[in-house]
Amino acid sequence: MSADFLYGIEVVLNGLMAGVLYALVALGFVLIFKASGIFNFAQGVMALFAALTLVGIMEGQVPFAHLINAVFGTNIHHFGWQVPAILAIFLTVLVMIAFAWAVQHFVFRHLVGQEPIILFMATIGLAYFLEGVGDLMWGSSIRTLALGLPQGGSLWVEEMTNGLGGDDFYGFFIDKLDMVATLVALVLVAGLVAFAQYTKQGRAMRAVADDHQAALSVGISLSYIWVLVWSLAGIVALVAGVMWGAKSGVQFSLSLIALKALPVLMLGGFTSIPGAIVGGMIIGVGEKLFEYTIGAPYLGGATENWFAYMLALVFLVFRPQGLFGERIIERV
Amino acid sequence: MDGVAPYVTADGRQIGGVLMDMRGITLRFGGVEAIKNISFDIREGEIRAIIGPNGAGKSSMLNVISGFYHPQDGEVWFRGEKRKPMKPYQVARLGIARTFQNIALFEGMSVLDNIMTGRLTHMKTGLLAQAIWKGRAEAEEVANREIVEKVIDFLEIQAIRKTPVGRLPYGLKKRVELARALAAEPKLLLLDEPMAGMNVEEKEDMSRFILDVNDEFGTTIALIEHDMGVVMDLSDRVVVMDYGRKIGDGTPDEVRNNQEVIDAYLGVAHE
Repeated sequence: MSADFLYGIEVVLNGLMAGVLYALVALGFVLIFKASGIFNFAQGVMALFAALTLVGIMEGQVPFAHLINAVFGTNIHHFGWQVPAILAIFLTVLVMIAFAWAVQHFVFRHLVGQEPIILFMATIGLAYFLEGVGDLMWGSSIRTLALGLPQGGSLWVEEMTNGLGGDDFYGFFIDKLDMVATLVALVLVAGLVAFAQYTKQGRAMRAVADDHQAALSVGISLSYIWVLVWSLAGIVALVAGVMWGAKSGVQFSLSLIALKALPVLMLGGFTSIPGAIVGGMIIGVGEKLFEYTIGAPYLGGATENWFAYMLALVFLVFRPQGLFGERIIERV
Repeated sequence: MDGVAPYVTADGRQIGGVLMDMRGITLRFGGVEAIKNISFDIREGEIRAIIGPNGAGKSSMLNVISGFYHPQDGEVWFRGEKRKPMKPYQVARLGIARTFQNIALFEGMSVLDNIMTGRLTHMKTGLLAQAIWKGRAEAEEVANREIVEKVIDFLEIQAIRKTPVGRLPYGLKKRVELARALAAEPKLLLLDEPMAGMNVEEKEDMSRFILDVNDEFGTTIALIEHDMGVVMDLSDRVVVMDYGRKIGDGTPDEVRNNQEVIDAYLGVAHE
């Protein structure tokens, strides 16, 4: 096999793994959109907030330290303890569930039956509110997430594949963190699918996604399901936040990954969980391959910034419901 | 028919005490009074019909019973207790199941899954327990499946159990919706125009199912219907509404001979 071809495979593999990270963000969107028809613009900020909270708890940081110090004239920043990662993750999940409850109780409960555009505007407000709260709670500096996840290229993979392409080929370079992210994403998706298919809450969730009135008539509480769905989206956001945070540090630009999830959703469809995964992978592989074969040699590179949106645009023209979305049928 | 003493009908069905008692219900939408001070009761084991011309307030009445509308005035008594204002899902958990005039099914789910949602109120195992004790959740699922299978057999829809509901013809959808309501083993079953839009044959099938449900499971049924003929054959007692008022209440024969009812249905000659 020629070295060029093998490098091509390496690009595809790396693209797949990058795609998994996009998919993680898109997944959060799909969950909420399916169950409540709300396009949650705040999903990216939720990922940021979850990651910030996790780091803050692990480092034993005092939440709202600035505010407390300003009001009471104290000078506290840290509790002076370190919280083990497992416990911190558990506490962060609790925070995300509390956030889900608050969102339902204070915002969307009052907007039931409103136009989708109004619900969308509410999530934009929510995004900025949450960004502000995150800042106020944990400060705005860039943090490193020391979860002990493996980092750097995998020597094992490199050595295994070293001899494949003759002298010009030095083996595949695959980031260990990407491998972990892929594994975590697979487990998460399998868990979500099992939840939706085999638990009574999952069945209730699918029922609510399908028809609100019918769901009420069989005894399903809509607000309970919506809190459940926002909690799940919060947990997905935590996973996405951890993976992106471990890759590039926990910083406020993290909330922009939501924009990268948009083309993923246009490809995969807004209502399909497998769609989010496949869409993420197509975008991931597509942009890496395009950069490798056309972008870098002929267009001066940096095509990864816009390729996903171009692809989404093409999709919008030919298949607006996405690959897996529900068919749009206008009956006359 | 007097009082609330239990009695046995001519065809041998047991009619018990008062199950649901509506007292002085008034419902307004803005300035419009959809229901004007209506009282009636539903007795255990009977088939009770609510009839009336278009816009009489029949569906509104059903929505009051099932908690979708909240009356401004009046009391709803269920099983001898005054009911607090409730959300529809709370009413469903009391054991009151319903169908809708324009069918509300989960179109993307299979027939079986749709009917299984009817069992949700009977499932007790919590979320965590389902993850930890897989066995217990499975046993519960199996027990519920048995009841669902019984309903499927009863309504003769075995052949379409795996079909997504969205693909079914109208008549079958109506039947699946009835199956979902039945799966809940309701104490009171509310049917909103169960035969609307059906041809004669489908109407006959549906009438047979309604009678059989009442007969075999002893389910109390309150139904709304347009078609006078069907109602008179099916029901033990009939409430007649017109422009939000109650203009008749009694056995089909009593109602049929009520002058006000005849006027409402046939119109009054103006002199």
